[in-house]
Amino acid sequence: MSRVGAETVLNAALAGLLLVAPLTALGLGEPYYANLASRVAILALAGVGLNLALGQGGMISFGHAAFFGIGGYVAGISAQAAFNGAAVVSWPLEVMGSNVMPPIWAAAMLVAGLVAVAIGAISLRTSGVYFIMITLAFAQMIYYFAISWPAYGGEDGLSIYVRNGFPGLDTYDPLSFFLICYGCLMLALAFSWRIMGTRFGAALMCARMNPERLATVGIEPYPVKLTAFVISAMITGLAGALFADLNGFVSPSMLGWHTSGEIMVFVILGGVGRLFGPVAGAALYVLLEHVLGGLTEHWQLLLGLILLGVVLFARGGLVGMVTGSARHG
Amino acid sequence: MAEPVLEVRGLCKSFGALKATDGVSLTLEAGEIHALIGPNGAGKSTLIAQIAGQLAPDAGEIWLGGREITGLSVAGRARRGLGRTFQVSSLALEFSALRNVMLAVQGRRASSFGFLKPVMRDRRLVDPAHEVLARFDLEGRAGVTAAALSHGERRQLELAMAFALEPRVLLLDEPMAGMGAGGTTALTRVLAAMHGSVPMLLIEHDMDAVFALADRISVLAEGRLIFTGPPEAVRVSAVVREVYLGGEG
Amino acid sequence: MTLALLIEQLLNGLQFGVMLFLMAAGLTLVFGVMGLINLAHGSLYMAGAFVCATVAGIVGSFWVGLVAGVLAAAALGAVVEIGVMRRLYGRDHLDQVLATFALILIFSEGARMVFGAQPLWLDMPDALRGHVSLPGGATYPVFRLAIIAAGLAVAAGLFWLIRRTRLGMRIRAGESDREMIAALGVDIARLYTLVFALGAGLAGLAGAMVGVLQSVQIGMGEPVLILAFVTIVIGGIGSIRGALVGAVLVGVVDTMGRIFLPVLFGLVTDPASATSIGSSLSSMLIYLMMAAILAVRPRGLFPANV
Repeated sequence: MSRVGAETVLNAALAGLLLVAPLTALGLGEPYYANLASRVAILALAGVGLNLALGQGGMISFGHAAFFGIGGYVAGISAQAAFNGAAVVSWPLEVMGSNVMPPIWAAAMLVAGLVAVAIGAISLRTSGVYFIMITLAFAQMIYYFAISWPAYGGEDGLSIYVRNGFPGLDTYDPLSFFLICYGCLMLALAFSWRIMGTRFGAALMCARMNPERLATVGIEPYPVKLTAFVISAMITGLAGALFADLNGFVSPSMLGWHTSGEIMVFVILGGVGRLFGPVAGAALYVLLEHVLGGLTEHWQLLLGLILLGVVLFARGGLVGMVTGSARHG
Repeated sequence: MAEPVLEVRGLCKSFGALKATDGVSLTLEAGEIHALIGPNGAGKSTLIAQIAGQLAPDAGEIWLGGREITGLSVAGRARRGLGRTFQVSSLALEFSALRNVMLAVQGRRASSFGFLKPVMRDRRLVDPAHEVLARFDLEGRAGVTAAALSHGERRQLELAMAFALEPRVLLLDEPMAGMGAGGTTALTRVLAAMHGSVPMLLIEHDMDAVFALADRISVLAEGRLIFTGPPEAVRVSAVVREVYLGGEG
Repeated sequence: MTLALLIEQLLNGLQFGVMLFLMAAGLTLVFGVMGLINLAHGSLYMAGAFVCATVAGIVGSFWVGLVAGVLAAAALGAVVEIGVMRRLYGRDHLDQVLATFALILIFSEGARMVFGAQPLWLDMPDALRGHVSLPGGATYPVFRLAIIAAGLAVAAGLFWLIRRTRLGMRIRAGESDREMIAALGVDIARLYTLVFALGAGLAGLAGAMVGVLQSVQIGMGEPVLILAFVTIVIGGIGSIRGALVGAVLVGVVDTMGRIFLPVLFGLVTDPASATSIGSSLSSMLIYLMMAAILAVRPRGLFPANV
């Protein structure tokens, strides 16, 4: 079996497993696991977004929680406004709150994208450690803003009293909600895969591998990277909106640097730059959280040890370990 | 007389007290191979970096095809027709040889904001890339990852990528670097075959190659251009001998 | 708006800055010499505070606790360096971020297991109780002045170390060219352990001193860590001078901003909005400043290497 084939098989297996597991659980009358699977799908989606910037573009953004949180807050603010029959913004034009998912997703992705243009435009003028730190700092800035701005809940966050709806589905049904999340994840993966095969993808990969070479063939790295950064933010923003609906609550911690770190963990655990890396990573992380959490209240210690072990001894993450191959361009 | 394709006017660059480039002016005429030689530390790499756009000069101008490029970025100059190879091969190592050249074709002919068409099915990129690879004897290695190519093949690929840009001018930074005798002969032949079709500024230490290829030779020492002339004149020049062999008799 | 208030806040800003410097100096040294991003630096700060509080509580003396805290943090640093960091030099930043993030989880949970989840209290040493009068009529706590003095003393000591000793020379050489100094026979392994332990000890010192002013609790290091990173990015990574300038800048701007921004807004809007806008903006102020500085100087104010 060729090496490329091995990864495709693994990807199919992961996609299948993620679908089958909650279906089985629901069949056995355990909706809790369907919700867990939704959580995996959402976190994986956040990771798919980051992977585009980090894995493919080589941009180590330590502030992607900003986009995750923005997506969540857009969903929360919109739902709250809809609940109160109020407008979200009154000027320059009046935009009423919505409690239907697709428009909320569009808004979440738009806002996340716009913020990413601003953050990316400044951050991408730096590189290396400076880039890591400045993305972290921007996310912190947004975090502090969110906890000190009283209209949006401050430190307490925002509650979503009624889960946002989706045309034709009962979003309170665990299976329906899971399928929504799974659907978004699969779409994002398909998009990601497709886009990396285009001229844009080729330029992005070279921007990571060898920006000097990219420039020498006449392609400016900066616009390519910025575009990738913005697209990546939009995908992570979508995940944030879904996360808010999953929990019925928008917590400011969605904007915090621990969250940024966790999203990075999913990507790295699964294999940086690998298409299904974030899926494997998020599944592993949630599984560990669940299993270890059941063993001891000090499960974070075990999680830390396992993560440390993976970094020190298992390069290439889960996908790399299983397929035993280096990435090919 | 026809305008030079590439012109450097009064280029200056200092690093603290060190004058790496001290008022260098030179031209590259259509169809010629103009070699740039000089002892180590003469400032050749610094000069090339400034012409290519990696380093901003403190003073001076650079003109390409009658238009000033001094303020342009590396990519901007490449788009205006400045092709460049590196002394240490700079390739997209995870890409195959074919994909590397396709990238150069993409830089030349297509926008990189194409989000729809998969590159491997894009004939506008694949076909010209195959042609270029064939020209540089790399057709058989098209699918090989750049990291797996031999040193000589990588130097060929460097040159192929620069060529795929359909450049107005080629800056070659020690293309023979690290090549054995066989590789040097082959590469010299390739460059000789290209002689006349595109002007080249050739930085080289390998004197056999230089004297075989060059129409004109300039000598750089301590940041200054101390001699420019045809190969025979360089050979007999006392100034040049002094620079290479030292001041004492 | 009185002179007394102004001076008091300026001193608070300086004290905060000096404490940030202690954190930033270690971070910037470790990155400058070893090229290592260490997110677990905040855990070393926390360790110093916890050990100091525990020992001071047992022995009854802050000073003994302080020494114990600093030594414990340095020792922990050395252990971590030998056990984990050594394997991370030369790895890309991503691996370093993940590994040290994992260390944060380990240390936080570990501290919870050893010391419990409740915050500890650290009593101010008697010798440093009391206040001094400031020009303008206010009084200022002696302890805070002591922190400022201690921080400036450490800064002076570090400058002397870096500029005037052989160890400092090796550190500076290590920043420029790691492979070269190994070839020259300098024991790299020991140098790195020493640098790391030095940074850790400074972090522990900061934690122990701040533990008196605020309580000692799990996770106390994290907000400080972020600010320390902002500091070294502003100051220029690898530069002690940059760390000092950056730290004082951040400390003063943050402190003054929190006090005066709401006042400023109070001049144009009602008190309620002024407080909320003012405090939101002031918490973002440092990051805005960092973004502005990086927009103009992408490598900070005093980048260490050319």
